[in-house]
Amino acid sequence: MIIKGRAIKYGDDINTDVIIPGRYLDLINSEELASHALEDLDPNFFTKFTKGDILVVGKNFGCGSSREQAAMCLKYAGVGALIAKSFARIFYRNAINQGLPIIESSEAVDAIISMDELEIDLYAATIRDKTKNLQFEIQPLPIFIQEILNDGGLICSLKKKLRC
Amino acid sequence: MGQTISEKILAKASGNKDVCAGDFVDAEIDLAMSHDNTFLVSTIFNEIGVKNIWNPDKIVIVLDHRTPANTIKTAENHKRIRKFVKKQNITHLFDVGEGVCHQILPEKGFVSPGMLIVGSDSHTTTYGAVGAFGTGIGATDMAAVWITGKVWFKVPETLRFNVSGKLSRYVSAKDVILHIIGKIGVDGATYKACEFYGNVIENMSIDGRLCVSNQAMEMGTKAAIIPPDKKTVDYVTSKTNVKFNVVSSDEDATYEKTYDFDVSDIEPQIACPDKVDNVKPVSDIVGTEIHQAVLGSCTNGRLDDLAAAAEILKGKTISKNVRMIVVPASRLIYLAAVEHGYIQTFVNAGATIVNPGCGPCLGLHQGVLAEGECAISSTNRNFKGRMGSPDAQIYLGSPATVAASALKGKITDPRGVIE
Repeated sequence: MIIKGRAIKYGDDINTDVIIPGRYLDLINSEELASHALEDLDPNFFTKFTKGDILVVGKNFGCGSSREQAAMCLKYAGVGALIAKSFARIFYRNAINQGLPIIESSEAVDAIISMDELEIDLYAATIRDKTKNLQFEIQPLPIFIQEILNDGGLICSLKKKLRC
Repeated sequence: MGQTISEKILAKASGNKDVCAGDFVDAEIDLAMSHDNTFLVSTIFNEIGVKNIWNPDKIVIVLDHRTPANTIKTAENHKRIRKFVKKQNITHLFDVGEGVCHQILPEKGFVSPGMLIVGSDSHTTTYGAVGAFGTGIGATDMAAVWITGKVWFKVPETLRFNVSGKLSRYVSAKDVILHIIGKIGVDGATYKACEFYGNVIENMSIDGRLCVSNQAMEMGTKAAIIPPDKKTVDYVTSKTNVKFNVVSSDEDATYEKTYDFDVSDIEPQIACPDKVDNVKPVSDIVGTEIHQAVLGSCTNGRLDDLAAAAEILKGKTISKNVRMIVVPASRLIYLAAVEHGYIQTFVNAGATIVNPGCGPCLGLHQGVLAEGECAISSTNRNFKGRMGSPDAQIYLGSPATVAASALKGKITDPRGVIE
């Protein structure tokens, strides 16, 4: 899987309450949910963001509650992938289950700045910063996680398995 | 090679003789808990298209987050959950007013040592207080558990915490765990399991231990286990007849890191806005004006907590500038608090009692904060916007600190309030 997009950068310890505030958790409509993504972190997010952009964030992204809507709203908004120094564990699982590619690389996060053009290759396990002409090696995701991402998330992956 | 509690529980659940930190396992789940987000889990379950759930006896559903329903949308979601429960013959539904999930499960005897429990709530780590491996998962993972009864885990490294010393009066379990989080950081235990040892933990009541294992989630932990002792066994056997085996770590178990804390000299601790590791001794911030004081939640809405606050408020009146909201963690705790006279104390002091559940912790109802307002709360999160306006401020403290602060209208050291 190859993902291309521009970087949009934020800091450390971004919690699920600012990714999608509790007041929106009973929304089911994907467009509505997406429209509130990162609202309490950056009210101007959608003025900077174009579909396919890659969020580049610090450590412990997605800490806090287990609300899957945090991964869902980013996926529905069209975030292409997330690169973080580290993720909180439930968010990490939720992102995979939503088919949202996530990569941990402190080195890449330190080097990349907002609006850099990025290319992530999950098979080759690399991130390329085309603007800076830099390349970062990343820890490849376990095969079964790559398969879930390739299927587009755990729902599709389970459907496929159950049909077999 | 010796094993930690988490390694032993995950080995057994995955049918392995032993497992090591770093292994991936497919583990069989003993119990699956979900709350108001069951509406999302059931939507995903239906989308996958399987007819029947894996085991209607092993699923517990507790409606607690928005109860009684605060909007028409919530009411519709609750209605869908009840219909789903009926259709799937799910045995255990705790509806409006029964209490908050992380009190209901231990209180009703669903949790015993050695179990592997998942919940679609991050604070599922609470069950570690009685020696279970409890951990949070999202809605899709939960739907998968409902279908297969299994979930994949990476076996975590374990951090060992030895907590010793003699706590000062009015320094409680909440202060101890906030102190630890302040030192370790909000991601200090991410992807790791924790085990808590030491005389301070041993001397804690089950209520105190539940607080520790709950609040410990705020350092990112996957499981927050307190090795079972006689107190644990007495508690669990008073709630259930189900047989269980206590799981302890081996003497030569491998810990990624060991932390030693002597908490003899700690003051009451406060987690300041808006990160849970922004912890300061209360003396650093006494005098900060507050508008709301919240006593309750899955962290600190238990009988010990209500007792500590009632002791401070007995025969007194809270500041006229403060709304104090009390949320007993369950119906049983509510009744016990009535019997002990705590509820009468709170009402006489000017507090508002709301039904057992999550109360205002999630910022949806029962005491939402306005822009520029400030709250002290015994809940577990002080994130920006957590309790209402993103421009409100939340300080976290113990039940005693919450009560003392409500009394004075500003953040107050509880040790100075009682003669």
